[in-house]
Amino acid sequence: MKQGFFEITENLPLTDTVYRMVLSGDTSAITSCGQFVNIKLDGLYLRRPISVNDCEDGRLTIIYKVVGKGTEQMSRMQSGKLDLLTGLGNGYDTSLSGNAPLLLGGGVGVPPLYMLAKKLKAEGKSVTAILGFNTKSEVFGEKEFSQVADKVIVTTADGSYGVKGFVTDAMNGLDYSYFYTCGPEPMLKAVYSASNSEGQFSFEERMGCGFGACMGCSCKTVTGYKRICKDGPVMKKEEILWEK
Amino acid sequence: MGKMSVDLCGITLDNPIIPASGTFGYGYEFAELYDINMLGTFSFKGTTKDARFGNPTPRIAECSSGMINSVGLQNPGVEKVIGEELPKLAKCFSKKVMANVSGFSIDDYVYTCEKLDKCDQVGWIEVNVSCPNVHGGGMSFGTTPEASAQVTRAVKSVTTKPIIIKLSPNVTDIVSIARACEEAGADGISLINTLLGMRIDLRTRRPVVANKMGGFSGSAIFPVAVRMVYQVSHAVNIPVVGMGGVSSAEDVVEMMLAGATAVEVGAANLIDPFACKTIIEQLPTVMEKYKIDSLKEIIKGVR
Repeated sequence: MKQGFFEITENLPLTDTVYRMVLSGDTSAITSCGQFVNIKLDGLYLRRPISVNDCEDGRLTIIYKVVGKGTEQMSRMQSGKLDLLTGLGNGYDTSLSGNAPLLLGGGVGVPPLYMLAKKLKAEGKSVTAILGFNTKSEVFGEKEFSQVADKVIVTTADGSYGVKGFVTDAMNGLDYSYFYTCGPEPMLKAVYSASNSEGQFSFEERMGCGFGACMGCSCKTVTGYKRICKDGPVMKKEEILWEK
Repeated sequence: MGKMSVDLCGITLDNPIIPASGTFGYGYEFAELYDINMLGTFSFKGTTKDARFGNPTPRIAECSSGMINSVGLQNPGVEKVIGEELPKLAKCFSKKVMANVSGFSIDDYVYTCEKLDKCDQVGWIEVNVSCPNVHGGGMSFGTTPEASAQVTRAVKSVTTKPIIIKLSPNVTDIVSIARACEEAGADGISLINTLLGMRIDLRTRRPVVANKMGGFSGSAIFPVAVRMVYQVSHAVNIPVVGMGGVSSAEDVVEMMLAGATAVEVGAANLIDPFACKTIIEQLPTVMEKYKIDSLKEIIKGVR
């Protein structure tokens, strides 16, 4: 983990509520895809954890949805500096992917899978990505994923774009060696049930610190209590205990 | 002794800065970021007789200049703390650590304190009689002078190390509770624990934290903490460790003027993992600015 200031170089809407922010700064602590950053914002006490969409040579991209005060404030920033904690969380382990990994993202669970898709592709794997949204106006990322994945399927719950239904509807019938997923918990549960291979899930929780100190985001797993921020956010399928 | 050193119950601290329990784990996460031997000491994660998962999530809520937590004393239990956490800590911290203990019965407190009292690494035992998170648990001890004194006496009878009783601010008369602890043999008092708070999500109309209520901390509570440290330190003759919303070197000086011998820093560590390091580095400048030659001279120095 590192703490540092990042310069905002771009901050543009991708949909009505989802924005992409590009920052420049010291990204050396970001060592794995699926990690997150924790952002300090003026006038707000707790930092805001946001997943890393892409990271290369001091250029960091995050994609976030405006859901409250913090993200609303972020959406209005066009320039300036942000205080970030970087390199948080464990990230996805690509060594277990096999030759044909499947990526399943839902809503703002899609962004962290982009850097993962790039890495898997660079490792010579055949990558399929299913990107799930509620409706056509909420779809983003299809073009970017098309450039790094072998096959991209977009689903919308109302059928207004791509395959009608949930990511799990598009998952059935696909051949894959392993899967990686990130999205809202009901989607993760559905993927857990529908999948016929091992895989990794990225979880979300309200966090205090984001680096393992406060025990604010703990969960129970097969192998004991884990902190989503430090021991996660990525957990393997065989570790997961569904509680709620 | 240096300009910043203070004496806390017979043990010299190089400086009065102590990361507060629950915001610093068992130390080693922070040791990855900076040399934690620069701290006065730190108070480790609240430890109980048995392992606890704590409360359901969400456990955290944002507030103006503060936060609510309802972690609920998650910890691996005293045996594992002694067997696993303390050996790990020994690799990155060579000073005496403050052991923080919670319990749900007198026997719990006695059991846990007796075990930790035998650990060389432990310098002080901070007994939390005030955690507001556990239904029917710690809260009841800290809310009356009698129960607080009962815990103090029981723990003192099985320990040799200094016992610091950590008090809750969620009481009608904190001074009478502090006096009762002193009479029962406490070697020090620390305060304040978190203030009981609550937030409600307007969209869902549900409390933000799953446990409905939780402990409110952060810079918003600093004035309450200064007031209570002032009241208690002027009513007892044992050292007072002040905490509650401290987030700068100026806050430390203010807390010491109010009557604190040492100062714990809590929520600030969660927002800025380098908060304590920064405070310690800035103290000399702040001391110079306010013409303070030695920190111990300003304890209870408010006029």
